[in-house]
Amino acid sequence: MIAHSIFFYFFSVIAIFSSLMVITSRSTVNSVFFLILDFISVGCLFIMVGAEFLGMIILIVYVGAVAVLFLFVVMMLNVAEQKQSWFIGKKSTHIPTGLIVSVLIFLELLVVVGGWKYKDNLMTSSSLSLSNISNTHQLGLVMYTDYILYFQLAGVILLLSMIGAILLTFRKRPGLKRQDYFKQISRDPSSSIELKEVQSNKGVKIDD
Amino acid sequence: MIEIGLGHYLTLGAIIFFLGVMGIFLNRKNVIVILMSIELILLAVNINLISFSIFSGNIVGQVFTMLTLTVAAAEAAIGLAIIVIYYRNKGSIRVEDIHGMKG
Repeated sequence: MIAHSIFFYFFSVIAIFSSLMVITSRSTVNSVFFLILDFISVGCLFIMVGAEFLGMIILIVYVGAVAVLFLFVVMMLNVAEQKQSWFIGKKSTHIPTGLIVSVLIFLELLVVVGGWKYKDNLMTSSSLSLSNISNTHQLGLVMYTDYILYFQLAGVILLLSMIGAILLTFRKRPGLKRQDYFKQISRDPSSSIELKEVQSNKGVKIDD
Repeated sequence: MIEIGLGHYLTLGAIIFFLGVMGIFLNRKNVIVILMSIELILLAVNINLISFSIFSGNIVGQVFTMLTLTVAAAEAAIGLAIIVIYYRNKGSIRVEDIHGMKG
């Protein structure tokens, strides 16, 4: 129990510190690095609390795909010179409004946590009580049977986002030569062979 | 304090949610940081879902967390694609420069 609390405080302090650094860091690349650290520490918390499958999924999907995608975009867009300096600048109403809104949300969430303390005991359902099978096994037992429609819907969402991202970033470059199969197949000797009169010391331009 | 219960995990989720919302409002320069703040908020939601799922002994919360993860990944992909084409068209992704709707 002592070890559990020590690990909890260790990982949660790292998570809070790195999420603070995500929003206050000067350069965007550092923000992405701290975002990766945040995902890793929260994934370790998930593994520690008993949701091993989702902890591993967080490590694979978030750190391996989403955060690297962020890093790729940040490095591709050359925003290194656009340092974010949110506290210096013209007087704006955004900062006090944002502080009020976010502090209110934080207090509301804390009130919810405090109210939960006075509730007597949690309703335990039966699905986790047979704990001789692993977390991944339990998740697979319900995901492919009771929630198969939601699983399929998640796949459709991923397909839509893939099509959308490709369509948004696709552009036709002028002057790019592409292979055209129909043109290649429909050539015949009469149209593809051409005799040219080569003048002396002039040469012929073949590729046009 | 020593006994780690549901309240500790909910407090951690609340703090990360708070930092994400504050990041959206305070950041004035870069749109990518706003997307990262949204990722922080979704991570806090995942912490809440998983801790409720573990401490109330119901696996459905973890199934829902999978769906949240899917939506978060799709949102990051689409958002970053929009940022890339915006940068290609306008040459800047500073928050101050984006006022096409005069808002």
